[in-house]
Amino acid sequence: MRKLLTSSISRRAVLGGAAAAIGALSMPTILRAQDRSIKVGVYGGYFKDSFDKNIFPDFTAASGIAVESVAEPTGEAWLVQLEQAAKAGVAPADVSMMSQVAMLKGQSTDLWAPIDASKIRNYDGLLDQFVNKYPDGRVAGIGAVAWYITLVTNTDSYPEAPDSWAALWDPANADKLGLLALVSNSFLLEVTAKTFMGGTDALDTEEGINKAFEKLAEVKPNVRLWYRDEAQFEQALKSGEIPMGQYYHDVTGLAAADGHPVRSTFPKEGGIQDSGCWALSRASDKVEEAHVFIDYMSQPEIQATLSRKVGTAPTLKRDLLDLTPEEFASVSSDIEPILPRYDLYQTKSDWLNQKWTELIVG
Amino acid sequence: MRRETPQRLSDYGPLAFPAIMLTVFFVIPFGTMIAVSFFQRQQGGFYTPAFVFSNYERFLSLFFAHVLGFSLMLAVLVAVCCVAIGVPFTYLLTRMSRRAQIVWMVALLSVLSLSEVIIGFAWSTLLSRTAGITNLMVTLGLMDKAVALSPGFPAVLTAMVYQALPYTILVLYPALVRLDPTLTEAARTLGASPLKAFFTVVVPALRTTILATLIMVFIFALGSYLLPQILGRPQHWTLSVLITDQAIYQSNMPFAAAMAVFLVLVTLGMVALTLFAGRKREETA
Repeated sequence: MRKLLTSSISRRAVLGGAAAAIGALSMPTILRAQDRSIKVGVYGGYFKDSFDKNIFPDFTAASGIAVESVAEPTGEAWLVQLEQAAKAGVAPADVSMMSQVAMLKGQSTDLWAPIDASKIRNYDGLLDQFVNKYPDGRVAGIGAVAWYITLVTNTDSYPEAPDSWAALWDPANADKLGLLALVSNSFLLEVTAKTFMGGTDALDTEEGINKAFEKLAEVKPNVRLWYRDEAQFEQALKSGEIPMGQYYHDVTGLAAADGHPVRSTFPKEGGIQDSGCWALSRASDKVEEAHVFIDYMSQPEIQATLSRKVGTAPTLKRDLLDLTPEEFASVSSDIEPILPRYDLYQTKSDWLNQKWTELIVG
Repeated sequence: MRRETPQRLSDYGPLAFPAIMLTVFFVIPFGTMIAVSFFQRQQGGFYTPAFVFSNYERFLSLFFAHVLGFSLMLAVLVAVCCVAIGVPFTYLLTRMSRRAQIVWMVALLSVLSLSEVIIGFAWSTLLSRTAGITNLMVTLGLMDKAVALSPGFPAVLTAMVYQALPYTILVLYPALVRLDPTLTEAARTLGASPLKAFFTVVVPALRTTILATLIMVFIFALGSYLLPQILGRPQHWTLSVLITDQAIYQSNMPFAAAMAVFLVLVTLGMVALTLFAGRKREETA
C-alpha cells in the first residue's frame, strides 16, 4: 500500500496536475463562450463524431456560441423524447437533426418552432427539397445533411456497371440482390414508380400504390437478402456473396477507396436522396442562437466542408459551391434524384407497412 | 440441516428482495405492456391512452397466424434438436474423466459469452459461397463447386441450435451427474446393450428433466429475432422480428405490445399443455 502511494506521485501525477492547471487557466474563455450556448442534437456515432471534430469548434470560434452536442438515437425515439419534453416545457436539445418522416410527425403536433427565413442568408440558395414547410407556409426545418442510396455492384461479378434501376428486375440477377428490408427505409416503391410508372406522382392514389406493389413483387425472386443491418450487406457486397443491391453512396465510395471491388452507380432514373433537417423545438428559448447556427450551417463553405469531411451531399445549389467535379461526384450527382414520398409514410404508414410485410414475407 | 417452516413475518424477509426485483423488472413492465396494447395508435404520430381492441383485431389475420405458427414450429424444432443432441452428449460427458469434463464445460461456457450478433455473422460466413465450408468440401473433392447454404431454413435452425445447446447441456448436466450408475449397470447385467440401456433406463429416469429442458429451450428460442434475420429469408422471420419492426421502425407501440402479449399467452398455454400432458403420462405410468 505504501509503495503504491509513493509511486503514485510520479510522472503521471505531474502531467495530470499540469493538465488541471491548464484547464483552470482556460476556464474564463469557456465561461465566456457559455454565456451563449446551444444544445444541438445529432445522430449518435459517425455523424456526431464528425460534427464534433470538423464543424462545431469552428462554429463556436466564428459565432462565440458554445455548442453542446447531444447524441440522438436514429429512428423515432428522439422525436418521442422531444415531444414529451416539449409538453413539459423543456428541450433536451434546442436544434436537432431530424429525419423527414419525423419532421412531418412533429408538424402534426406543432413541435417545431417556425424558422425566420430572412435570418438565413443563403435561404434562396437552398434546393427546394431542403426547406421543410408547415402546410400554412411557415418554415419548420432547414436541410442539414443529405445522402444518397444508389445501385451498388461488385466489380468482379459485374465488370459493366448497370445504368438503370431496372437491373433489379432483370431475371439474369436471380438470387443476387441485397435490398433494405423496410418500406420506409428502402424507398423501393418510389424507385418502382420512377422506373416504370413515369414518376413518384403515380403513388398519389391507392390504385397507383397497388400497381407499384405488383411490379415490385416481381423483384422478389432476385432478392437474396432483405437487410436491416448495413454491415451485413456491406460485407456480402465486398466479398461478392451478394453482388448487387441498394446501398449508401458515401459508404460504398469509402469501401471502393479502400480497395474493395465495389462501385456505386447513379442509375439514369436517379439515386434515392434521403436527408435530415435542422429543426428547433418549440420549448427552446435559444431561438436567436438557433438561427445563427442554422445560418452558419447553410453557408456554401460549410456545406462544402461537410461534403469533403463527412461525405454528405450539399443542401445548396451546385453553382454556389466550390466543390471540384470529383468531389461533387463522390457525394452527389447532377442526375435528378428520386425524392422519397415522405408524406405517404405519415398518412398511410400502417397500410403500407402491412402490404409491404405481406409482400416480402408471404 | 433441518429446514424450518417460517413462523413470523420476518422469516419471509429473504424473500423480499427477489419479490421486489420480480415486481420492478417483470410485473410492472409486463403490466405496462398490457396497458399499451389497448391504447389507440395515432398514425403519423404516437399513441393516446384508450381502451380499444383494434391492435388485437389487426393481429387476428391469416398472415400473422402463419407467422406465429412458423415461430412456434421453429422453437419446438430447436428444442427437440437441442435435447436430441444434448441428452446423449451430456450422458457421455458425465462418463468422462473430471479433467475432460472441465475442458468441455469451459468450451461450452465460452460459447455463452458470444452474442447473438457474433453467432449470426460467424454462421453466415461459414455458410457463405465465397468463404464457407463448401469451399473445404470442394478442396476435399466432395463437391464440384462452392454453394451458398445461407440464407435458408437449415441455416437458421443450425445457428439457433448452436446458440441454445450450451444452455441445454448446462440444464441437463446436474441431473445426469446425479444419475445412479448402478441403474445402467443393472440393465447391462440383465443383458441390455449400452444403447438399449440408455433408451430404456437413462431416458425414462430423466423424463422430468428432459421435459423441463424442452420447455426452457422452447421459450429461449421463441425470443430469437436476430438469427432469423441474418440467416433466413423473409419467410423465416419469426414473430419477434415483426414485433421489433413495429416497435422500433414503425413506432407502433400498441400493435407491438398486442403482438407481444399474444406471444406470451400462446407460450404460457403451450407450456401448460406440455406440463399437463407430462403429468397425465406420469399418472398412467
